[in-house]
Parts: sequence; structure tokens; C-alpha cells
Amino acid sequence: MSAAANVLVNASAPSNETGYRTFTLGSFKISRDEYFVHVTWPAKGQQMKHIMSADAFLRAMMRDVAWGFFYGWVNFDGMVGTRNKYGQVEFYAGRYAPAYHDRGLDLVETFDTPLIMATFKAILEDFTNKGFDPFAAPDETGSSWVGKKNGSNTEAIDRQRQACKRMPGLPGDAELRTDSNGYPVNRAFADVVQDAPEVHAEAGFENDVHAMNLFAYLSRSDVTWNPSVTSVCGRSLCCPTTEEYILPIKHGNDRVEWFVQLSDEIEWEVEDKLTGLPRAKAIMKAGDVAAMPANIRHQGFSKKRSMLLVWENATPELPEMYESGKLQPYPVNF
Amino acid sequence: MSEFQTVFGSLNDYTKGELKIINDDPKHYVFSNIFDVASKSKPYEKVVVAINLEYVIEAVRAEGVSDWYAVAHDEFAIVMDGEVRIDLVKLDNPNAVAPADKQGAVKVKGEPVGKKMGHIVCKRGHQALLPAGAAYRFTATKTGVMMMQTVLGDLSVQKWAEICYK
Repeated sequence: MSAAANVLVNASAPSNETGYRTFTLGSFKISRDEYFVHVTWPAKGQQMKHIMSADAFLRAMMRDVAWGFFYGWVNFDGMVGTRNKYGQVEFYAGRYAPAYHDRGLDLVETFDTPLIMATFKAILEDFTNKGFDPFAAPDETGSSWVGKKNGSNTEAIDRQRQACKRMPGLPGDAELRTDSNGYPVNRAFADVVQDAPEVHAEAGFENDVHAMNLFAYLSRSDVTWNPSVTSVCGRSLCCPTTEEYILPIKHGNDRVEWFVQLSDEIEWEVEDKLTGLPRAKAIMKAGDVAAMPANIRHQGFSKKRSMLLVWENATPELPEMYESGKLQPYPVNF
Repeated sequence: MSEFQTVFGSLNDYTKGELKIINDDPKHYVFSNIFDVASKSKPYEKVVVAINLEYVIEAVRAEGVSDWYAVAHDEFAIVMDGEVRIDLVKLDNPNAVAPADKQGAVKVKGEPVGKKMGHIVCKRGHQALLPAGAAYRFTATKTGVMMMQTVLGDLSVQKWAEICYK
């Protein structure tokens, strides 16, 4: 066992064969080999088993950790994932795969957030090899995730999500991204204009008259599918992000979420939140706006790195309002 | 020259995406396009394109000179196309114009009374803070489109059936 922030993470000694540890979280065991991550759990007197490609697993777990388990469900795939209960987190296998759930072959266990967070961080650290960045697009990070245990990439997995209090660049708020603070323009946004707005502040108003180049800021994002916060209006958060390849998780909403496509194109597959049955496809191009209802899960596909503004309402009562039926899962009737 | 070409939209060059329904109602996705909305809007009409309880995102056609507006809370404007100058005035008596509990923007009657704070000129992709307690006015030096992050107010226009896939 290892202690992280006064939380005990249950991990085996490194395997003699692969060098990776096996982690125990409640009744679940999580292990990896050269190519795959294996999740096992007991059900109806037998040991159930799920397998995922290790790169897909690490990309999904990386988002779950970076987002603090996010709003609602983070499905690593159609079988395993987490549900944020805000203070506690459910980890499940098969719960939202009807063939398993209907036969009692699924398992859901609830953990205090610090325990599951510490366990996930320990798994990420152990399962991520040197040179592999779970936040990067495949074209940027290659195949160093393959094989036996080979070093680690702590710098990549310890990145902090950039969230402003009001707007980046204001005194005391999040920094703007520049070459000098480690944010060069991403290769896929080399053509994005880097000019700055003209800001003419009268004396005494230098801290109140403020603007930034949001597109330039996004062009310098060093991560994919990891929203930052760039403006705060009460509990309304604009959370733009840059997207390339596949959203590594299927996000199940516990509230209505909105997307504004700022550049390029993303194709979204929308499924029923509980069953995974297909409901719609949304192909969003620059300027498109669409709601993701509170009763769906969705996954995006972006063939070229694109800019997406995710718009969230952080009102804490929202999940209960949708769960209880006080709010319909759709934002408007017309 | 980059091997990648980033595609932004504009009033004169946009393509609205597609919604393919398998087993749902297209209205549930409230799918619109900011440039499409602005192409049919009056200058500075605040058309709601996204709503989450009291919070909204509005698409605004920036054309010519706007009225003066004031807000009791922060707003943010992102210029999606064109070039917009924003003049800011710190109101001497903001409560008389937009009381602290007033949500969304209100029009200022006549000229705002207060100190000039300065001005900002934004082009495509630039985001400006419209601070609480200030009055602001837009001047589009080139007709364009803005996206506003704000709260639903008296000036917000909801016309979902006209702008969304059905």
C-alpha cells in the first residue's frame, strides 16, 4: 500500500513479468500488460473481466482525473466508468451495458472522492510509460504506451486544468498563454492569427478595461479534450477546449451542456445515457450551437484539431433538479 | 505554410452543420448557427442561441453604432467576425441604470453619466470583458458577429422555432 494525501492506495508490488502494479479499488482489480488494461469484478459467484487498449484507458482516466470526475458520468467505454456524486464517486462495470446489468453481472461501488482520486492518480503514474502523453493527440505522442513498464511521464499527467476566476490576463487571474511561459502555438493552429485586441484604458481603469485573443489562447493549448475556463458570469462558465482525434470518454450528462463550435468540425455520436442505444449524430461546423440534453451520453470525433466552446452551468443543485424531474432534460420547448 | 488550415466562419462564409436523428426529437438539440442567426437579425438584436436556467449565450449582429447598454453583472463579448470598437463608461450611479438585482443588459437612456474608462478594438477571436457597473457601446467598423455570455434579460430575444432544426 502507498499513502497519498493521507489516503491509502491499495497496490501490489510490481509484476516480475511486466513491471506494472495491480491496483485494488473496493471489489475491483485493475491491472495492465504490454497492450491492455484489465478490470475484474465479482458478480454472481464468478469473476467478470473487461479489457481495454491501454492507451484508450489512460486517455480516459487522464480526463477523469483532470476534470475532478466532471459533471455526471465519465464512461471510459461502454462498460467501465465513473459517476460523480460530488463528494463521492461511483466506479462501475457493466452498469450501463444492458446485457450485463439486466442479468446482474454488473457492479457499482461508491468511494469517497479522495480515495478514488488517489487510486486513479497512482494508476496513471504506474501505467503511463516515458514519452506517452495521455492528453496529446496520437500524432503527437506516438506508441510509447506499448510494452512493459518503461519509466513514467509525471510532468504530463500532473498538468493542472487552467481555470480563471473571471477572465485570463486580469491581475491575479489565470495567465495568458505565450511562448515564454511554455505554450507555443500548436502545429495544427499555425495559421491562427496571433494579434492582440487594442486596449486603450484611461488612467485608473487599467485593471477594468480588458480583452484577450481567445482564438490565439486556444491555439496554444497543449492538451486535447480538456476544457479550460476563460470567462465566468455567475455560475455560467465558458470552457473552451481544443479537440483532435476522439474524445477518450463518453460523457453522460447530469445537466444540459452546450457546445459552440468555434472552428473546424466535430462529429458527435449521441446515445441514450442508460442503455447506450444510438439517438442522434450532430455534425458541428464553425458557428454551430447545440445542446446536449441531460439524459444522453456523447462522444466527439475531430479529424483536424478544432476549437470547441463547452458552456456549462455550475449550479450545484442541477443534478438533483434533473434527477427528480423538476427540470426536463431539454433546455427549451418550441 | 502550415499543412493545416483552420476553418472559422463568417457572415459571408459559413456552413451550418447537420443533425441526423436516429431515435429522438431534433428540437431537443436546439441546433442553430451563430452566423446564420446574425445574417437574419437586426443590428444589435440579442438573439438567444443557448440557455441554461437564467444564463444565456446570445448571437449579436454588429452593424453600425449601437445604443448604450449597462449591466449589473459581468458580461463577455467574443467577436466571431468583423471588427468592433467597445467604448466603456464607469457609471456614477449604476443602481439608477441597472439595479444590482437586474439581470441581463438594459439600454441606457441618453448618454451615460460617468467617467470614461477607455475603449477596446476587437477583431475575430478577441474576447472583451464588459464589467459590472459600466455602460458600453459597440461600433462596428466592419459588419460582423459577436457572441455574448450574459444572463437572460429584458432585451434578450428567444425565437427558437426560427433558428433551430425542427
